[in-house]
Amino acid sequence: MRECDLVVIGGGPAGMAAALKAYEEGIKDILILERAETLGGILEQCIHTGFGLHYFGEELSGPEYADRFIEEIYKTDIDIRVDTMVLNVSADNVVTACNNFDGLLQIKAKAVVLAMGCRERPRGALSIAGCRASGIMTAGTAQKYVNLDGYMPGHEVVILGSGDIGLIMARRMTLEGAKVKAVCELMPYSGGLTRNIVQCLEDFGIPLRLSCTVVKTHGKDRLEGVTVANVDKNLKPILGTEEYIPCDTLMLSVGLIPENELSKNSGIDLDPVTNGPVVDEYRETVRKGVFACGNVLQVHDLVDYVTEESQIAGEGAAKFIKGEKEYGGYISTKGENGVRYIVPQRINKATDKDVKLYFRVGKVFRNVKLVVKCGDEIISSKKKNKMTPGEMEYVPIKLETIKALPENGVITVTIEEA
Amino acid sequence: MRYDVAIVGAGVCGALIARELSAYNISVALLERANDVAMGTTKANSAIVHGGFDAVTGTLKAKLNVKGTALMPKICGEMNVPYRNNGSVVLAFSENEMETIKTLYDRGIANGVEGLEIIDGARAKELEPHISDDVVGALFCPSSGIVCPYELTIAATEVAVTNGVEFIRNCEVKSISDNGGFYTLGTTAGDIEATYIINAAGTHTDEVARMIGDSSFEVISRKGEYYLLDKSYGYLADHTVFQCPNYMGKGVLVTPSVDGNILIGPTALDVSDGKDSIETTPEGLSTVVERAQKSIPEVNLRGAITSFAGVRAHLASEDFLIDWSAQSERFINVAGIESPGLSAAPAIALYVKDLLKEKLELSEKANYTMTRKAPVRFRHMTKSEREALIKKNPAYGRIICRCETITEGEIIDAIHAPAGARDVDGVKRRTRAGMGRCQGGFCGSKVVEILARELGVEMNEITKFGGESKIIYERTK
Amino acid sequence: MTKRDLICVSCPIGCAITVELDDNNEVISVTGNTCPRGDKYARQECTHPERMLTSTVKVEGAKLPVVPVKSASPIPKEMLFDCMEEINKVSLTAPVRIGDKVIENILGTGVDIVATNNAL
Repeated sequence: MRECDLVVIGGGPAGMAAALKAYEEGIKDILILERAETLGGILEQCIHTGFGLHYFGEELSGPEYADRFIEEIYKTDIDIRVDTMVLNVSADNVVTACNNFDGLLQIKAKAVVLAMGCRERPRGALSIAGCRASGIMTAGTAQKYVNLDGYMPGHEVVILGSGDIGLIMARRMTLEGAKVKAVCELMPYSGGLTRNIVQCLEDFGIPLRLSCTVVKTHGKDRLEGVTVANVDKNLKPILGTEEYIPCDTLMLSVGLIPENELSKNSGIDLDPVTNGPVVDEYRETVRKGVFACGNVLQVHDLVDYVTEESQIAGEGAAKFIKGEKEYGGYISTKGENGVRYIVPQRINKATDKDVKLYFRVGKVFRNVKLVVKCGDEIISSKKKNKMTPGEMEYVPIKLETIKALPENGVITVTIEEA
Repeated sequence: MRYDVAIVGAGVCGALIARELSAYNISVALLERANDVAMGTTKANSAIVHGGFDAVTGTLKAKLNVKGTALMPKICGEMNVPYRNNGSVVLAFSENEMETIKTLYDRGIANGVEGLEIIDGARAKELEPHISDDVVGALFCPSSGIVCPYELTIAATEVAVTNGVEFIRNCEVKSISDNGGFYTLGTTAGDIEATYIINAAGTHTDEVARMIGDSSFEVISRKGEYYLLDKSYGYLADHTVFQCPNYMGKGVLVTPSVDGNILIGPTALDVSDGKDSIETTPEGLSTVVERAQKSIPEVNLRGAITSFAGVRAHLASEDFLIDWSAQSERFINVAGIESPGLSAAPAIALYVKDLLKEKLELSEKANYTMTRKAPVRFRHMTKSEREALIKKNPAYGRIICRCETITEGEIIDAIHAPAGARDVDGVKRRTRAGMGRCQGGFCGSKVVEILARELGVEMNEITKFGGESKIIYERTK
Repeated sequence: MTKRDLICVSCPIGCAITVELDDNNEVISVTGNTCPRGDKYARQECTHPERMLTSTVKVEGAKLPVVPVKSASPIPKEMLFDCMEEINKVSLTAPVRIGDKVIENILGTGVDIVATNNAL
């Protein structure tokens, strides 16, 4: 069986950043396993710009952002296997994978980084009534057809869900000559970035219909139309508000789900809110030597944060392999009053650095205070003009604060009236 | 060429009849209006092999159900079609319903169903720990099972084609003229001549019969809606869990599928919006869930991966109609094959063969097979089996569908099999690619690519299920 | 005089900004913003709005039939569709590399269209 210091599962932005960081930290025996035919992950089909503003201070397209890392990887002797699917990660870090050139691969790893990304929530999970016609697809699938395969997935489009991929696809389809008739959003607010609402919808006069959903699809072979309706406070369609919109394509942008089948089958604990593994401040899961980062850990809106998070995981994995990662008791983290989750879920008391707590809120908040507490003791408090579920936030925690906290203590991030 | 027999409709009945007839020295054409087999009633039903206690004693339904259910394990074994003898329970929620249970029991005994047992609530709970506490008793039927209806149809067609049956897809029969001694079928795939016709056109059997002047029956399309739950909910039921039947059908059931998913449904509504309406409705779907929760309260939609509807071909007579048409000496109707039609199908095939034998000499071919080799199933293989397989053909090392672990090799096999897949749904039914939790989000476009490559066409010529069900249009540039 | 309502896209706060313009489309006032970035955005947006343009162009002889492109810097918003027409006329031959100029000075805007991925 092949042995390897570090196996990175996934060669998207998360996997690449983790691998490069570990390499930089002195781990040279690294293998990246990527299921697609190239490195880069989902960025390869995200040809719009807006990537890298934080990390590179430049406005790059997805493939350009990815290429910066691909070029770096090629400069190292990190081993790469593309078109390779990982089938299993055993409890003792044996990674089983297969492809059509090596056959079945088994690698015993000292440490593993999980960086499998996420997938889109499909139609079935929404239970939209109606037909089985073609022309109903996730926005990401449509994006692949347009941007990589070079085919039009439709000409008259309704988009359900105002997540960023849906908004981006509204603009892409319009520029390529399609008519986007509406973007419907179940919630009373959009899940996408404001910038995308302005530049992808308003620029092209595409209506954004809030508190609105698709209740039925019509058509025998190819989709012929959808019925949309407004929803009430409980998100139930309001009778009498139905409207028929003729279209040949329904694109779904209704949420992303971290792809954790491997983690689950491997017996790694998942957080029921993030659907990603429970991790410590170095993104180490409850299984020692297994780290997780990027969209498999929590769904991000900015790739720049994925890079940052993955470098933390890569550094952690390197420390672990070198035997330098310290373990003490754990402090746990918790979100309250509209803070849906915190990553990392726990912090090693023996840690050696400041920690940023990443989180998302459950609804739109304006003019509130973001308070971090341990018991009754307030660690920090900051005024926030606006927080939305579409944008990931973070609060920093200083190393000395962590050191001063009691073992088994709980850090709570909460929202209070300003 | 003039066929001895044209079978109209490649559902489970048509396909099994074709398989049966393919053993004899006659020429047979299997005509299907869709782009694939199993596209009508067969595609979307409960996939249950019923014990045989539902049908009224003495009816053709009762006779063929019990016989078909007994034949099912054998033919599934011969063709490597997934079948599981999981047994079933019919739940009673009141003493009143226990009376129904008693009636079903008596009927089952009269129909020749073996092993039936009336059990109390505690025993039912032992068999199915997740059923409602309100269950007072049940009818336990150990002989019933589950099967994959479209795989059964696909396999039967493959066997038939291997033995020389001609499978003609996209072949909708529009007219039939009797030339005295043989028919000319005017179809969307051109004129086809045949001496005998076996009309197994599902919900359209009445229309096909009318083409020869037989208007002795009318098929009512009855729609049923279903939800399919993710495999992680597979623990909810091991047996097929029925409710007491009412006048519209067998009530809502909760059953495992042969693939380990949970299926709940169906509703039963007479269809008014066209015979092929397989649209799901908000009302229908919520009814399914509510009624399923009556049996198993833990059922919920968080686990739903898809919903679908199917149609059943109902006759006012409430029985199967399988006989020579009174209008013609060379035309057999196979009509009204609603539940337990799937269970009865193997027996229906034999029954039709015997009918045909009355008029057409059937002599066995020197060489034929009734078996189908098991398709490669990478996901079920051991490490060493996988190693050997990839060594033999590297295409089995390339995973296309992540959720179900389906390889490129399996997809290529499905396309090049006899009567193989021509569209994305055809690949899905043969391999499970796209059937998992992401529902083809990732692999859909790869499957389109492989289909296009293997069939030698452009990607935008590939459809979801034939006809105008295009997936993509013109090139962007 | 006209009034225009905008949502600022400079940061996640998304201030609702009102801009007053005179008959020559000159900005009279900007209100509703909480920071100078909002003021700058509003003035630009009302006088000469610009956007990055991304699309794909045809490429022969590469693994994929198209290669992604972008405008090297933002172009006037009202010219997006005209520029798309130009982009759709182009056909490249592999190899194409990131940063390769695909169209120089598109429609006299002074902005180049460049490849944003390799097509080998």
